[in-house]
Amino acid sequence: MNDIRIENLSRRSFLKSGGALSAGLVLGVHVPAFAQGAAAKTGAAFEPNAFVRIGPDNTVTVVSKHLEMGQGSFTGLATILADELDAAWSQVRVEAAPADASRYNNLFWGPMQGTGGSTAIANSWEQLRRAGATARAMLVATAAQRWNVPQASLTVKGGVVMHAGSNRKATFGELAAAAASQPVPADVKLKEPKDFTLIGRHAPRVDSKAKSNGTAVFTQDLKLPGMLTALVAHPPRFGAKVASFDAAGVQGIPGVRTVLEIPTGVAVLANNFWSAKKARDAVKVQWDEGSAYKGSSTDMMAAFRKAAGEPGAVAKREGDAAAAIAGAARVVEASYEFPYLAHAAMEPLNCVIRIADDDTIEVWNGAQLHTGDQMALAKYFGVKPEKVRINTLFAGGSFGRRANPAADYLLECANIALALARAGQRNVPVKLVWTREDDTRAGYYRPAFFHALKAGLDAGGNVVGWQHRLVGQSIAAGTAFESGMVKDGVDTLSVEGAANLPYAVPAIHVDLHSPKLPVPVLWWRSVGSSHTAYSTETFVDELATAAKKDPVEFRRALLAKHPRHLAVLELAAKEAGWGKPLAPGKAGERRGRGIAVHESFASYVAQVVEVTVRKDNSFAIDRVVCAVDCGIAVNPDNVRAQMEGGIGYGLSAALYGAITLKDGVVEQSNFHDYPALRINEMPRIEVHIVPSTAAPTGVGEPGTPVVAPALANAIFAATGKRLRTLPLKLA
Amino acid sequence: MPTLFINKERVDVSSNVPGDTPLLWILRDYLSMTGTKYGCGIAVCGACTVWIEGQPVRACATPLSSIRQGAEITTIEGAKTKEAAAIQAAWEKLDVPQCGYCQSGQVMAAAALLARKRRPTDADIDEAMTGILCRCATYPRIRAAIKEASKALG
Repeated sequence: MNDIRIENLSRRSFLKSGGALSAGLVLGVHVPAFAQGAAAKTGAAFEPNAFVRIGPDNTVTVVSKHLEMGQGSFTGLATILADELDAAWSQVRVEAAPADASRYNNLFWGPMQGTGGSTAIANSWEQLRRAGATARAMLVATAAQRWNVPQASLTVKGGVVMHAGSNRKATFGELAAAAASQPVPADVKLKEPKDFTLIGRHAPRVDSKAKSNGTAVFTQDLKLPGMLTALVAHPPRFGAKVASFDAAGVQGIPGVRTVLEIPTGVAVLANNFWSAKKARDAVKVQWDEGSAYKGSSTDMMAAFRKAAGEPGAVAKREGDAAAAIAGAARVVEASYEFPYLAHAAMEPLNCVIRIADDDTIEVWNGAQLHTGDQMALAKYFGVKPEKVRINTLFAGGSFGRRANPAADYLLECANIALALARAGQRNVPVKLVWTREDDTRAGYYRPAFFHALKAGLDAGGNVVGWQHRLVGQSIAAGTAFESGMVKDGVDTLSVEGAANLPYAVPAIHVDLHSPKLPVPVLWWRSVGSSHTAYSTETFVDELATAAKKDPVEFRRALLAKHPRHLAVLELAAKEAGWGKPLAPGKAGERRGRGIAVHESFASYVAQVVEVTVRKDNSFAIDRVVCAVDCGIAVNPDNVRAQMEGGIGYGLSAALYGAITLKDGVVEQSNFHDYPALRINEMPRIEVHIVPSTAAPTGVGEPGTPVVAPALANAIFAATGKRLRTLPLKLA
Repeated sequence: MPTLFINKERVDVSSNVPGDTPLLWILRDYLSMTGTKYGCGIAVCGACTVWIEGQPVRACATPLSSIRQGAEITTIEGAKTKEAAAIQAAWEKLDVPQCGYCQSGQVMAAAALLARKRRPTDADIDEAMTGILCRCATYPRIRAAIKEASKALG
């Protein structure tokens, strides 16, 4: 198996006397059997490829290789396939694909299955159109043979194949069994966009009903026979280890089964969450903090600021920016501070692992990095990847956190399951549950960053040089993604949005320091753009002010070579009534309007924010006008939903988001001290989609990074104050 | 032995169940009613919202011992009032959910609001719904769907 140390279970374990799962309630109610997600495969189903299955009951099941974590992937992916298939939307179901790099890899990521970087729709576009068109062609061929008519004389609409000449019809379900024996055509013709019936229209979400009546199954809801719930006492500081522990306090807590040491802490297994939590909290752990990190956020940021005084690894260099700035009529400088951010999805991290008798490792998880997790677990257990079976369930949000190259919570659960198996308890499903506090303090944060920007303007207010230096931890370093993402010491995830500044400046220099720290970091909805959009878009605004130009006019002049940026900028400005005076606030209130434009993941977003600043310097975000160009909008309503949600997520970070460390201890723990936006703070949002015939790009992330700089620019317009430290506070 | 009425069915809770067990875990772990969600455990996110005697309550911070003998508890699984039906229909019509994890709590809070006030103002919606966090920020649709349901109820 492996060489990770597991303490002798018999010495350390604490077995509770009595108190089996059945003990608890004497019930006069019907306990509903747990209904698992995936539907059973029917014998006569037609499965022309890995992405669609048509049953004799006339259901069309689309297999999603991507996680549904809220972004609408199940609906969008099914829409693409169902359109080429000419299925009726009402007959379409969606199920999650198993982890399988050979069939379900993300086409943008090579041989890896995973969901991220807003790629689900973009990488699947051609693949699912072909999958749908292939299935359609085989159904048509089946009907043509059955009726002895030419294929060209048949039409397909709403899941029914028709022959107008003889008025014959057959549903997909009626054709399914025979279609299965058709040869798979080598090539198929795809629709012209004008013939789309679902794409670009409104296909209702496939998961709205189950998510409105409580029946949608998340990992947290999974119940398997004999399953135990595991909670873990984690060290208070990154890098600390268990020195010893005393489980005496666990005595007498009903339902507790085992206490055991694992590399990441002390795990407690119980029949239910509450028992596990009480026991976990009762275990006294002595931590070995010899190699623990004891730094603080303020010291860290000071060190970042100091590092910014020296040149870093070059991410972009065109012309001689330093010389251009030295010779400029006017120089503008600004520096920015961004804290660590937790993803804080509503469903705290969890997963279920069961080790079967034949060493099959079965996993249930809201898997975002399916085959990354599969490989990590296969390596840990010393088995082939195909022995690790991953069942992907709905994730109650993720925002990047469940796509961890380190597979942190999965390996933690694996350690517990393996310890049980070694103690003779195979086939026991272990559900690892992190409390909100565990989730908030576990690291894998959006890295903290320091940015220093400097630009020169000539006498006419034109930008002659631009320098941008970033200091912050690399996400990709030390992971499987390093070779692809880190080039010449520059993690592209650190500088995206900065190194590809769209503005036409004759000389630009972007460089990067990537300090190594023991606080683990990870991609967080919009990744590098979550900080680079802020610094670049507020700094451009400062330059516009210095040049005495209107912020929209100033940007427009610099975007001639970037028509898609320009189009969303102009659309947002027009729809927001840019240039027209804002309605005045009440007495003592100041109002302002700000704009920002940013491309991320090949989607282009501009937003105009209207803000009201009150006498006491508190402020309300009244309205956000958002323009987005994501190529063809597969599901326009979902594009709107993702812009709304992305704006809300971005505002949470802009107003409140900060994970801070003091003496190495994370100071936040739950939503009371790591707050998020609530309904009373949510602005009115209007979303405008640029019509496009370009292939679709993602919408899960690109709405997020634009709102904070637009808000900060609006606050400047209202107050004359530039805010350069996140979260935003008007003193 | 505590007796509760959960979704109109009598539930006799064994004295083996510790009195400090929150209602949330009674529902989820003992009764397999998993529609009510765990989000924070300290009554700040609202994902666990259920009704006790028709009033929205955070189940995660409601110990068994604090619940009145014979109390009527309603969870998302048993929310069959006309207000709940209207809310769920509006939720589907406007495609409110994204990840969906908080939505049981949203639906329970929104249906309770409509039962109390058939024509809620924006301020009423803020007051009733601010306690229910949604990290996907489905708030604009929650607001619109409450108004839609209000209209549908006539």
